[in-house]
Amino acid sequence: MEKWYLMTIVVLIGLTVRWTVSLNSYSGAGKPPMFGDYEAQRHWQEITFNLPVKQWYFNSSDNNLQYWGLDYPPLTAYHSLLCAYVAKFINPDWIALHTSRGYESQAHKLFMRTTVLIADLLIYIPAVVLYCCCLKEISTKKKIANALCILLYPGLILIDYGHFQYNSVSLGFALWGVLGVSCDCDLLGSLAFCLAINYKQMELYHALPFFCFLLGKCFKKGLKGKGFVLLVKLACIVVASFVLCWLPFFTEREQTLQVLRRLFPVDRGLFEDKVANIWCSFNVFLKIKDILPRHIQLIMSFCFTFLSLLPACIKLILQPSSKGFKFTLVSCALSFFLFSFQVHEKSILLVSLPVCLVLSEIPFMSTWFLLVSTFSMLPLLLKDELLMPSVVTTMAFFIACVTSFSIFEKTSEEELQLKSFSISVRKYLPCFTFLSRIIQYLFLISVITMVLLTLMTVTLDPPQKLPDLFSVLVCFVSCLNFLFFLVYFNIIIMWDSKSGRNQKKIS
Amino acid sequence: MAAFTIATGTGNWFSALALGVTLLKCLLIPTYHSTDFEVHRNWLAITHSLPISQWYYEATSEWTLDYPPFFAWFEYILSHVAKYFDQEMLNVHNLNYSSSRTLLFQRFSVIFMDVLFVYAVRECCKCIDGKKVGKELTEKPKFILSVLLLWNFGLLIVDHIHFQYNGFLFGLMLLSIARLFQKRHMEGAFLFAVLLHFKHIYLYVAPAYGVYLLRSYCFTANKPDGSIRWKSFSFVRVISLGLVVFLVSALSLGPFLALNQLPQVFSRLFPFKRGLCHAYWAPNFWALYNALDKVLSVIGLKLKFLDPNNIPKASMTSGLVQQFQHTVLPSVTPLATLICTLIAILPSIFCLWFKPQGPRGFLRCLTLCALSSFMFGWHVHEKAILLAILPMSLLSVGKAGDASIFLILTTTGHYSLFPLLFTAPELPIKILLMLLFTIYSISSLKTLFRRSFTLVAQAGVQWHDLS
Repeated sequence: MEKWYLMTIVVLIGLTVRWTVSLNSYSGAGKPPMFGDYEAQRHWQEITFNLPVKQWYFNSSDNNLQYWGLDYPPLTAYHSLLCAYVAKFINPDWIALHTSRGYESQAHKLFMRTTVLIADLLIYIPAVVLYCCCLKEISTKKKIANALCILLYPGLILIDYGHFQYNSVSLGFALWGVLGVSCDCDLLGSLAFCLAINYKQMELYHALPFFCFLLGKCFKKGLKGKGFVLLVKLACIVVASFVLCWLPFFTEREQTLQVLRRLFPVDRGLFEDKVANIWCSFNVFLKIKDILPRHIQLIMSFCFTFLSLLPACIKLILQPSSKGFKFTLVSCALSFFLFSFQVHEKSILLVSLPVCLVLSEIPFMSTWFLLVSTFSMLPLLLKDELLMPSVVTTMAFFIACVTSFSIFEKTSEEELQLKSFSISVRKYLPCFTFLSRIIQYLFLISVITMVLLTLMTVTLDPPQKLPDLFSVLVCFVSCLNFLFFLVYFNIIIMWDSKSGRNQKKIS
Repeated sequence: MAAFTIATGTGNWFSALALGVTLLKCLLIPTYHSTDFEVHRNWLAITHSLPISQWYYEATSEWTLDYPPFFAWFEYILSHVAKYFDQEMLNVHNLNYSSSRTLLFQRFSVIFMDVLFVYAVRECCKCIDGKKVGKELTEKPKFILSVLLLWNFGLLIVDHIHFQYNGFLFGLMLLSIARLFQKRHMEGAFLFAVLLHFKHIYLYVAPAYGVYLLRSYCFTANKPDGSIRWKSFSFVRVISLGLVVFLVSALSLGPFLALNQLPQVFSRLFPFKRGLCHAYWAPNFWALYNALDKVLSVIGLKLKFLDPNNIPKASMTSGLVQQFQHTVLPSVTPLATLICTLIAILPSIFCLWFKPQGPRGFLRCLTLCALSSFMFGWHVHEKAILLAILPMSLLSVGKAGDASIFLILTTTGHYSLFPLLFTAPELPIKILLMLLFTIYSISSLKTLFRRSFTLVAQAGVQWHDLS
């Protein structure tokens, strides 16, 4: 593409912001005995390097599962093993069995941060660049601006390079999957997505839309002919990739079951800590976590989740389209986040990625959502002493979006893709003309609330009787915002008609 | 919503650029900082805790006050804000004190003072007229100049990582240049005089100012062929210029004259005992001279021309700051460097006097003075290359020839700043930022001048002379 140099500059800016954020503290820094996610990753390098594969997921004297036991699928384990080999080459003390527990040093921090950067550079960033280049019907300048905004999304940067995780790997693979499936390379797309699921099981939040979209494509091609062939090929690819990843664990039934037990800890309850979903917010008023028995909680969350995502998925099977696929990814992931079992606040990143993908279509709402998603992780970020990078990256992201997309000029009904919906409503309520006005005011209220809550959490001390007051307030406000977005995205999907798709996009 | 846009101030691309780089500077807060951080903390302590009579005599710390009085007053004002952050940093005996609040305060003070630099860049952009070139924003000279100045790699790493206060000082210099372009000569002269009393390194470019103001401001008209018209000499203007400089100097040095401390102040400002080269050699002529001397002495020893007992013990490469003797080549004195520098700036000064080409000619002369002083000066820091790079940026968006020279100067100049940041965590930052700036400068200037070559009208952009 022309202006390749501008895209290079955008990637360099993204990398610079990532590395400067990584200079800050990480989760659990200097906090024995358990430390945090950073120590967990280091510990997994230690375990995978020193122990045979059979013992990785089992409790033993060498592998105490209570101390950061492996709870991600095998691909994470293989990645940790790879990093461990490099670590062994530089300094074996970092991964020595037992003795390296709680190892912290400047050199080690540099090593760990570099592994995140390399993984990001190899998987996530190329996917973003390629995705933006493949966007249709927008100018080169807008493509580059889009890439800048996606790369500056604060949530992912702060969690991966601050708190310390490898979300860019699983999200990157998922993005490759979206790319492949949208550009009709269904087999490669499915392969990429299987790799994503095998890296982090939370990617299952995205599995239903992928399944529905591909199924819809097969139906469209005709189940008696090409569609059936495609279906079989996809099934083979999926099975093959799973078998390949899980090969060492398929040898014994007990191995497979133990891994599954570690991946899906159903014993741990409806939610843990404070998270911006329905159950935690509901718990404020009615302690359902304590009242209802475990299996009722499981069934309840299952039902709510599937009821909320069913309409969009069914529509996707019947009318598979690239645009519908992306929006269904959003609504599906959001449904899972709000209603599912054992959701962590970092899982909001699984919703943020699809929202980043629709940034060029509904810039105003996407920017708003991405700001809220970062805000919802505030308690976690404050715990990791990441206040300054959070504020700075959020402001940078906001400025980038405002200047790239002029979002405040795109708040009309048509820009928000709500035209068909409001036309339908006006059939019953002729005075329903103030939708965009309402949404603008809601945005203002939302932003002001978020800023106020941030200021309060940082400057004030919570009252003695309610030590978690601010975290709960943050979760509650974020949850309300997310519910609004769930409704909004579902409206877009359901009211998206063929005629709407044929209209020329205004960029 | 429109009100919201205006309120956030981001409808304007210039504000977006300025805000963006400010946010980047905030992200650079936790990076490595050099001993200059302790230097400035010490000066905060000295100016806050001690009376004026002690400022240039205080020597508890090795980092004594060696900037002119205006900078000392600036530190004094800062110290009154500092006391709300951390009172302990203002204690003269708290050597190497760097609590997190101290770090935060110092870094924020640099970021805050850069406001002056942003304002100066804005004024400089007003002096460019880019009507002929393409309509797209990113190809306008104003936009390119803003990025080249606001996001200058050298300034970012020297000010916001290594730690110094060059931002607002360069802001003063750029503002005075802009005022000269806008034919507000008195203001330009005043700003430069003030600047000199903030940091005397700007003496490097004083000849350019002096000659230009004398020739183009004090002589109000030229003969038709451009040469000097002696009869148009304006005594009023000379006197007023002199008065401005005198008043500024009186304000700055007056208190110390009254205390009979001028010799001490000057010995602090011009420490000739520090040696020909800085601990890290600035890549100037004397570095080559030293290297040649070293090579010749090694050869001489091998070929038995030199007696090992006659070689001085101290080595120039030991990283110490002291005076040395050369072994083979003649030793260099401060006077010799001054003469070399004067010879080097003579051609451009002559041109400025005999064939003045308005403000653009002045800017060229200024850049050449800065470069010559960098090449031949005594005890030059590698950071002084910024003195040549920043004014050159203004020229680079004017003509294609200037742009290519600028690219060579800026790429090598910025690369020569790499040894300033030698820690491992900062390595990716300096590489990424260097790549960012270099790729942008090369590609944007290439695009800018590729278009103008295809135009029938003369290549390049006219400087907007407001007359």
